[in-house]
Amino acid sequence: MKFDNILKLDSDKITSSLLVEEETNSTQKVVLVGNPNVGKSCIFNYMSGMYVDVSNFPGTTVSITKSNYKGKDVFDTPGIYGVGSFNDEEKVARDIILSADVILNVVNALNLDRDLFLTLQLIDMGKKVSVLLNFSDELKKRKIKIDTQKLSELLGVEVYETAAVDKIGFDKIGEAIEKARTGKQELDLHFILQQVMAKSIPQCDSLLILEGDESIAQKHNITNGTANEREKIYIGRRNRVNEIIDVVEHEDSKKGEIFNLFGRYSLNPKTGIPILFVMLVIVYFFIGDIVSQRIVNFTENKIGKEFFEYNAKSFVGDFTPVDIDVVVHDNNGNPVNQRLFKFPSGINSNTQLKNEFELFSKQAGAQSDFHFSNPIAKLFFGEFGVVTMTVTYLLFLLLPLVIGFYFVMAMLEDSGYLPRLATMLDRSFNKIGLNGRAVIPIMLGFGCITMANITTRLLGSEREKSIVTAILQFVIPCSAQLAVIAALLSGAGFGPMILYVSVIFTVLITLSTILNKMLPGESSPLLIDLPMIGFPRMRNVLKKTFFRSFGFMKEASFWFFIGALAVGLMDISGILQVWQNLLAPFTTNWLKLPKEAANAFVMGMVRRDFGAAGLFHMSLTVMQKTVAIITITLFVPCIAAFVVMLKERGWKEGMIIWFGTWITAFLIGGIVAQFVI
Amino acid sequence: MLNSTLDQARKGNPITILKLPSGDIKSQLIRLGISEGDTLICIERLPGGTIVVQKNRQQIALGFDLAKKINIILQ
Repeated sequence: MKFDNILKLDSDKITSSLLVEEETNSTQKVVLVGNPNVGKSCIFNYMSGMYVDVSNFPGTTVSITKSNYKGKDVFDTPGIYGVGSFNDEEKVARDIILSADVILNVVNALNLDRDLFLTLQLIDMGKKVSVLLNFSDELKKRKIKIDTQKLSELLGVEVYETAAVDKIGFDKIGEAIEKARTGKQELDLHFILQQVMAKSIPQCDSLLILEGDESIAQKHNITNGTANEREKIYIGRRNRVNEIIDVVEHEDSKKGEIFNLFGRYSLNPKTGIPILFVMLVIVYFFIGDIVSQRIVNFTENKIGKEFFEYNAKSFVGDFTPVDIDVVVHDNNGNPVNQRLFKFPSGINSNTQLKNEFELFSKQAGAQSDFHFSNPIAKLFFGEFGVVTMTVTYLLFLLLPLVIGFYFVMAMLEDSGYLPRLATMLDRSFNKIGLNGRAVIPIMLGFGCITMANITTRLLGSEREKSIVTAILQFVIPCSAQLAVIAALLSGAGFGPMILYVSVIFTVLITLSTILNKMLPGESSPLLIDLPMIGFPRMRNVLKKTFFRSFGFMKEASFWFFIGALAVGLMDISGILQVWQNLLAPFTTNWLKLPKEAANAFVMGMVRRDFGAAGLFHMSLTVMQKTVAIITITLFVPCIAAFVVMLKERGWKEGMIIWFGTWITAFLIGGIVAQFVI
Repeated sequence: MLNSTLDQARKGNPITILKLPSGDIKSQLIRLGISEGDTLICIERLPGGTIVVQKNRQQIALGFDLAKKINIILQ
């Protein structure tokens, strides 16, 4: 009952280290394999005694989870329709499957004709397989009969009926592993396979090579089969599935009767757009109001700034020279009292002043700014302190937001709504060179660009990844920034809001149209399986939210730390100041904003909401505010998003996008300024 | 009975797949259970031409550009 490892999905890279390690020990390796939405993860949870990621939207499981069951290693894999290398997830699943000793193939009894394709492929690979026929309880309700015994006979492996919801048949899982065996393979195919296997290549590798898998063929130094050969094998396998279905499955009611009104309504724009609108309003209240206002205000200001940073900084200040500027605000946020405390040889050296400082800084509404003169103290605990800023930002601002967003995504996924939303929006996304799936990273972008940058992995081609990454960095404001923008615009009336939205939208359309025309290649078309729609299971949703948030923090924290270090070094070396002075003429002449607005842009590079928040304290006209937030929105992503983008998309593309946002932000902001100010 | 492409199908039409486009996408379609000779029902045609088909109990959405390349017999 332990949760050993979350293996990061990093396409081909993970294999070597993981598999080599596994081969050296003799523990039996059991791998759960199945199509998306077959209840695979429920079974894995049962086996591991712990719940893990259940992914309803094909393409969002980003990790392989490993656990232990009765002394055997058990691996869960992303849902796949077949073993191959059509996308990153398939590659990861493929590598785990190739190294498996026993495969538990989970099959959705309601979609037997789709799922058996994978089953037969696993059998053709010569692996030891047992089949778990899940959702068997649903069969009676729908008057479908499946002859399990006959199915077992035709496949040549054991078939166990299970029902994940009530854990029916789960007591047989141990037996399923024990009795797993190689199934009946088609003779013609097996004959061709023998020719490859004669070169002392294992059967499972041989099959994939025949089916055209390049990387496996390279591993054995031979040429892979062509797409034509793969098709032949696939068609043969599909025909075998149909023959088996004819024999084992009988349906009393008419075929294709499942008919889900909500599912249908959410597909068609006439009803789907109102449904989407209602969903967005609910999501807005949850994320925009509850999470990013109430919760983050508490965690960031109370826990992060007033407790953690204050204590960390005054502890460091005890021993090193520091000037502390304390401002007391009233309930409306107006400064009412201010004092500067100077400790040229550390707080501890002056006990009387120390007491005064503590009394003054601990009253309600007090905010303390610590200015360290020691460069090391400044680097780690100053304004951009690597320690202070990283912790506050990651744990007290980002984490609540990320949890909130992943929770919403998990709800949408588990209900089966997301693939329908992707389908409904497909045609609109086509116009900008994307397919409906791109809605996922773009939606996540409104939460956190960093998180969205990682999710671009689920897109089908490099071209689509580039387009979405650019859209995210250029035009999508993240939730931290949205909150500040909303506050700035709230008093301004309707006009500025319309202006803001239409400018940003125009840039979005122009940018994506240009990229669609310029980038070579073709985007992948939408081809997506629509799972049944239903109410999300809370337990699944919560556990999924937990694992995703954990995975994200694990991935992003290090890079954010690096980013904070870079900015901190720029700060103490004076480069940041130089930058501010360089930008000043642009700000005053071209954007027609006060000189201090340049600070907002420099801060915006660190954190997008810093940039926008800096504008609060300036006395700006309504139109100046509008120009400023247009510019800030189009401006560079925050330091964490920037670093993750470089990692995902490479240096060249990342830098082009980054500098592109500079140019666009100032160009568009300036043009608007010429008209309205 | 009419030779056509999948994007021409209308809601409620039974259709028979005549020819799939070649390449990776064909393999992906076969894996999902759509192969040449199969009969499916078009259960939705969204404005713009995104097609949703149903085979037995499974619903699959196909983008317009993909649907255009699939030859069918409209029944």
